[in-house]
Amino acid sequence: MATTVTAPRSETVSDDRRGGAPRRRDINSVGIAPWLFLAPYLVLFVAFVLGPIVYGLYISLHRYDFTLPNKPFVGLENYTDLFTPGSITFSSFWRAMRATGIFTVFSVPLLLVVPLVIALTMNKKFPGRNLFRAVFFAPYVLGVAVIAILWRYLLDSNIGLVNYYLGLLGLPDDTAWTTSTPAAWFALVGVTVWWTLGFNAVIYLAGLQDIPRELYEAAEMDGASRWQQFRHVTLPGLMPVLSFVTMTTIIASANMFGQSYLITKGAPGTETRTAIYQIAETGLRNYQMGSAAAMSYVLTLFLILLSLLVFWLFRDRQTPKKQKAGVPLQAAPMMLRQGRG
Amino acid sequence: MRRMTWTAALAAGVTGALVLSGCGGGQGPGGTTAESSGTFTGEYDGPKVELSYWNGFTGGDGPFMQDLVDQFNKEHDNIAIKSNTIQWADFYQRVPAAVQAGQGPDVGVMHLDQLATHAARNIIIPLDDLAKQLDLTADDFTQDIWDAGIYHDKRYGIPLDVHSLAMYYNKDHFEKAGITEPPTDEASFMDALDKLKAAGYDSPFWMPSLWPSHLMFLSLMWQNGQPPYGEDGTEAAYDSDAGVQALEWQRSMVDQGYSKPNVAIDAQYVAFKNAQTSITWDGIWQINDLEASGLNYGIAPVPTIGDEQAFWANSHHFFISTQAAKDDNKLQASKVFIAWMSEHSADWAGSGMIPARESVRADAVKGMPQEVIADEIESMRFLPPVPGLGGVQAEALEPAVANGVLGKGDPADQLKAAASKANQLMERNRESFGD
Repeated sequence: MATTVTAPRSETVSDDRRGGAPRRRDINSVGIAPWLFLAPYLVLFVAFVLGPIVYGLYISLHRYDFTLPNKPFVGLENYTDLFTPGSITFSSFWRAMRATGIFTVFSVPLLLVVPLVIALTMNKKFPGRNLFRAVFFAPYVLGVAVIAILWRYLLDSNIGLVNYYLGLLGLPDDTAWTTSTPAAWFALVGVTVWWTLGFNAVIYLAGLQDIPRELYEAAEMDGASRWQQFRHVTLPGLMPVLSFVTMTTIIASANMFGQSYLITKGAPGTETRTAIYQIAETGLRNYQMGSAAAMSYVLTLFLILLSLLVFWLFRDRQTPKKQKAGVPLQAAPMMLRQGRG
Repeated sequence: MRRMTWTAALAAGVTGALVLSGCGGGQGPGGTTAESSGTFTGEYDGPKVELSYWNGFTGGDGPFMQDLVDQFNKEHDNIAIKSNTIQWADFYQRVPAAVQAGQGPDVGVMHLDQLATHAARNIIIPLDDLAKQLDLTADDFTQDIWDAGIYHDKRYGIPLDVHSLAMYYNKDHFEKAGITEPPTDEASFMDALDKLKAAGYDSPFWMPSLWPSHLMFLSLMWQNGQPPYGEDGTEAAYDSDAGVQALEWQRSMVDQGYSKPNVAIDAQYVAFKNAQTSITWDGIWQINDLEASGLNYGIAPVPTIGDEQAFWANSHHFFISTQAAKDDNKLQASKVFIAWMSEHSADWAGSGMIPARESVRADAVKGMPQEVIADEIESMRFLPPVPGLGGVQAEALEPAVANGVLGKGDPADQLKAAASKANQLMERNRESFGD
């Protein structure tokens, strides 16, 4: 492999390839090459992630309206306002945080379980499988504006099809899906699950297809029931995927905006106005960008804490599982191979 | 969705009202912000410029406006107008950022109640010289329209049209119920509702919880004798007796069974078009849409539920941005464009709008559906030129009205909280804008 390399450093390169640990001298001598390789991403990262984070902090310490020349420094006022009952932002912000919390609590479990069931079904062989896979994924390709306007009319309490068909079935047909709680939460969570389950299902499906068939065969030979196979083969095999899906779903749910902005317009009153909705209203409609930035940081803090919790939960579960389920998993293929050999 | 429709429809109408008396060599004071721009001469003979022209005419008036722009381009070799049509809700979020970045409109159209906000943000420039050039004077307008375009003693907009809330009714339903004349006051309105119910129309007047519910509320407040922001526009008076009565009346339509409960966004208008409800209050910008729907509808002024006739109205105005003011050629060309549009406004007076100028109004709307509304132009009420008021209403007033109509909580409590919030926001706006 190293034979084509004629540069003086070829020896160290081939050393590394042979498994020798890289020496400090090499790290120093590589110079800027790694940075050049990183540069394209680094530039984007600094410009669109790191920069805005720092700039946002700066904004949150000012009474900031980008159209006005005067942007007075106010210290932590935007933050203390958020924690002072009766201040200009206190009630609206925490009501919005509560709305985000409600939405997240109800949508995340559904978005974890329902797509898993669908993925398990889609992983079986049956006629029309590809059609069904497409059908379940289809809503996800639509933009939020499309699905929101569609459902806004379907769910309308007085002129909507949903209530009309409920009425035909003899069920209550006067539920105010978009103007009363908790019905609006059912509607928003339901629409979101319908809309985005395809994405999670596809990730699950990819994960399911990565689980070696032999594991199931081995488990079957060991006399494992369907449920035991799911519990001890499928779930552990899906763990990495599951933690990814959980994390992205929580973050996506906590960032919910379009559905309530377009379907309920925050109705009734501002009850379904989520945190991002409130931030957008504060920052982009009322130009209180300092307050909006402070709200963003508080929301971010919550999300960081939540993410740590999720990490901790998954780490905590993986360890014992490796001990319990890991042994048969690793032993099984060996037994299998031995059996075949 | 509704907003883009009404803006589009509105814009078309007002332009027609302006008739230029003369276009050559007038002298006017330059705007303060744009003093370097010199005086407007009525002509542009400089090098070829391209003007970015933004508006929100996304409805039936969009094509009208584009036709005018095309005609202007044909007649002017050295000015090329490039239109950019965005629905109004996005328009007001994008314009400030775009103008700041130098990527925004040179010239455009915005609502009267947005002029102060954009003037305070230094997005648009005073146009006193242009108004003088166009011979626009207070005599030719009702006081409210004229005054509302002025912020800190300077005029920022050249009025194009006037639009207001109106009452639409289903003529077939009225005939079956034996109602011969559209109701004009509370007694005749309630009588009409009862007759409609008796004729089998169970919910003749759907009360919306969202748009345009707060416009109905504002209209009723004015009718009850209390301007929503006081005489000088400094303090929200939602929680005055006039306001509480207004919201209680709106809610009573639901409680008394004239309206379905929980009317969601746009549902009352769709229901009206489907003949599921008999009366709805909405903007005159819906005229074109209702004409196209084939519904046998009638239009009348909002009835006087309170003590005096009054209803919410707004107006479209041409503006020139600070971006254009940086380039004298663009500035002059923009003024030529606005002057020309005013001159040719008669070409599209037929699109359903009410001219702002008294001198042309009567002729322009003769025989048109909106004629009955134009007759009551003295009863139109405009929001005061207070910077940031649009955001204050969205944040404080609209949720309170929605809750009141939905029957969530006591109207008085809702309005008290809303007024207190609005006053906090207005106080902060005053600090920000340095009033």
